[in-house]
Amino acid sequence: MTPDLLVVIAQEASTPSKFAQMVVDGVNLGGIYALLAVGFVIIFRATQVLNFAHGALAALGAFLVASFATVLDIPGRWIPNAPAWVSWTGAVFLALIAAALIGMALERVFLRPMVGEELFAVAIVTLGMDIVVRNITNDWIGPQPRPLGDPFGISVFDLGWVRIPYTVVTQTVVALLAVALIAYFFRSRMGVAMRATAFDQEAARAQGISVGRVFSTSWAIGAVLAALAGIFISLFPRRSTGVDPTTAFFAFRAFPAIIIGGLDSVVGALVGGLIVGFAEAGASSYLVGENWEFLGTGFAGIVPYLLMMVVLIIRPYGLFGTEEIRRV
Amino acid sequence: MLTVENLEVVYNDVVLVLRGISLEVGDGQIVALLGANGAGKTTTLRSITGLLDVHEGDITKGEITFKGDEITEALPSKIVEMGISQVMEGRRIFAEMTVDDNLRAGAYVNSNRAGYKASYDRVMGLFPRLKERRSATAGYLSGGEQQMLAIGRALMQDPKLMILDEPSLGLAPLLVQEVRDIIVQINEQGTAVLLIEQNANMALSIAHHGYIMETGKMVMDGDPQKLLKDDDVKEFYLGLHASGEKKSFRDVKHYKRRKRWLS
Repeated sequence: MTPDLLVVIAQEASTPSKFAQMVVDGVNLGGIYALLAVGFVIIFRATQVLNFAHGALAALGAFLVASFATVLDIPGRWIPNAPAWVSWTGAVFLALIAAALIGMALERVFLRPMVGEELFAVAIVTLGMDIVVRNITNDWIGPQPRPLGDPFGISVFDLGWVRIPYTVVTQTVVALLAVALIAYFFRSRMGVAMRATAFDQEAARAQGISVGRVFSTSWAIGAVLAALAGIFISLFPRRSTGVDPTTAFFAFRAFPAIIIGGLDSVVGALVGGLIVGFAEAGASSYLVGENWEFLGTGFAGIVPYLLMMVVLIIRPYGLFGTEEIRRV
Repeated sequence: MLTVENLEVVYNDVVLVLRGISLEVGDGQIVALLGANGAGKTTTLRSITGLLDVHEGDITKGEITFKGDEITEALPSKIVEMGISQVMEGRRIFAEMTVDDNLRAGAYVNSNRAGYKASYDRVMGLFPRLKERRSATAGYLSGGEQQMLAIGRALMQDPKLMILDEPSLGLAPLLVQEVRDIIVQINEQGTAVLLIEQNANMALSIAHHGYIMETGKMVMDGDPQKLLKDDDVKEFYLGLHASGEKKSFRDVKHYKRRKRWLS
């Protein structure tokens, strides 16, 4: 963690503006929520299943990075003289590949036998998967948080009036890229097959679409997106101590974002994520102090759900969700 | 081209739905398969196309071959790749997707640029209405247009044999005629057709060969013109009676009469 000329450690800088800092925080939270939401969306759009194991997969992804980068030193041990960021990025890549394989394996073992069953039953299976994956991951993590060993640390771009952590810049770029790639993916052959499968599995099979391949692809992509979100949850400025047993629950905070966005829309996931991220950041920086004491502490955590309720009253299918087709 | 031999299908391990049926579709033919509700027509279709599994159905006996290769219990994606496409009962279009995306979903197995283009042009040539409504959401099409889309979607797979399950279901008489003409056109372009219908008049008027099913058995088959003239077919499928005869109420309750099939 060697700060170069531009970088100053956060504590030493001049006072930044409250509003600008709130925006940075909103972008940080919003990006994480958007990544989580897109992961939900891709699985929902292919299989019509709400994946309750998403948070567990996020924590697992972060844990994989932590163990690859700090414990096993993969791939650092094979490239001894590489700079820290190279071996760390390598570790992230390997962790993402592992996450994809784990996602596919989970789908193959737990969900493939459920093809053609009630969707409700399948959702309950994912709930069970959540318990299994979360407990195994937490057991591996242990009682202490595990740092991810990233080279960014708490470095920031200090512009005087605002401090932007390196991680937030990286994360914003990654989140936008991921959303754009997924939006593009839904126009591809596999993407169209996914939408068809989600709408009517039997009719999709009748067209020669391999439903199994659709499912494993969507779970692989969903698990990678979950892992990415888990990594950013476990970095500065969210949790600089690393991944710990509560990381898995963070993902549930993305639910309002998904529902506001409309469950099956990639753009909706991005917009919903940003709305919820900004609402939460705004509430935690402005709805505090003497005037707001009656709200109690932790009100920021409730704001997303309030927003979700308002959106559901006005647009039951979310801001960008597909309206149910009704011919009269 | 397609041969079904002695097919027996059981649902849920207990319900015997097909009791050993056989049928054959030759190259370039239109073959009609008629039968009342519950005769097992759709089950026959599902057995051929590999979709029995989600309905808890099992093929317990018999064999299905397509162009000499056995396809009994093959995967649906494999069967479509081999050249058997189906238009499912009740259209089953992807209502939330656009017309174009429905066709793209149909072309999953036929995705190379040239093949896709050729099939797409063929569909647009057959159905000018779909061309006009290319970017419309499929669920908002009229019933007739949806049936066209369902047929078009199956054509995107460039099938050698197309199986249609009750394409006339829920359509106005004029549209039924239109669908019939399109089936003839598709057949003239070189695709064999297995037409599963309750509308016997429509099906037999274009078929080269007809089969009649009842409670899981083939009870009759032969030349469509001969079938149309058969007294039992007339009574049970066409609602006609020998003219001039005096009819009592007892005769009208034909469901009480035992059906005797002479073939």
